[in-house]
Amino acid sequence: MLSGLEAAFFYLFAFIAVASAFMVISSRNPVHSVLFLILTFFNAAGLFMLTGAEFLAMILLVVYVGAVMVLFLFVVMMLDVDFAEMKQGALQYAPIGALVGLILAAELIIVLGGYTFAPQLASTVAKATPDLAARSNTAALGDILYTDYLYYFQISGLVLLVAMIGAIVLTLRHKEGVKRQSIAAQVGRTPATGMEIRKVKSGEGI
Amino acid sequence: MVVGIAHYLTVSAILFTLGVFGIFLNRRNIIVILMSVELILLAVNINFVAFSAALHDLVGQVFALFVLTVAAAEAAIGLAILVVFFRNRGSIAVEDVSAMKG
Repeated sequence: MLSGLEAAFFYLFAFIAVASAFMVISSRNPVHSVLFLILTFFNAAGLFMLTGAEFLAMILLVVYVGAVMVLFLFVVMMLDVDFAEMKQGALQYAPIGALVGLILAAELIIVLGGYTFAPQLASTVAKATPDLAARSNTAALGDILYTDYLYYFQISGLVLLVAMIGAIVLTLRHKEGVKRQSIAAQVGRTPATGMEIRKVKSGEGI
Repeated sequence: MVVGIAHYLTVSAILFTLGVFGIFLNRRNIIVILMSVELILLAVNINFVAFSAALHDLVGQVFALFVLTVAAAEAAIGLAILVVFFRNRGSIAVEDVSAMKG
């Protein structure tokens, strides 16, 4: 156990994050799941803040909670699914899942819980974090992201572009029977095709 | 960093395990499976940031940013596939997805 203000906040964020992550997977209503996932992300952002990763914490809140989680919420509310029926037989694999989970958690905590660094590791640091007083976290990230990691940055932009195009292509559908404006057809009209002259005999209609 | 790296790694290990357990527990509901994957990716990100802070190396945060990017793309594509599947079948149960099999 640690003590002090930072440790108190660490325990606060960590406890709420873990508790709400448990609620994500155990709550019956997926809308509640999404809301608890948002709470988890908020507390993870708090953990990021404690380590000094301010930019990532803000990105997690603004982009992740603001966009991705709202997208989740949209989809969950849009799909009219009987979630109660879906829970039928859900506990069938719970024992083996719990077994796998317990073994995995125990192994991870045993391995990682006693983690210490080898002393020679300090010399392998690729990009040293500058002092927060000299250069803010956001500026320091930008310094290396737009120079040494420019190609990775552009590739991640491409990944987002492909995801955007893919999502639009997958979900766009043209409804039948909806009148749409065809600008090409409008521009392509000529007097010959746009008008029709008929001789109307007197006393008769067309 | 007052709080040692082992504490962060423990939290992320628990979050990771909850994500894996969530896939077992909600194996019929694909939305919750997607959320479990998000939990797993969040655990990975916490690991990256914790190591970045402990080693005073900024590259960990750069990589966490890329993980966030890929996770966002994955969520968007996954949800789009889900919406199309729901339109075609009227259900999102995982068992029904095997309709294309052989």
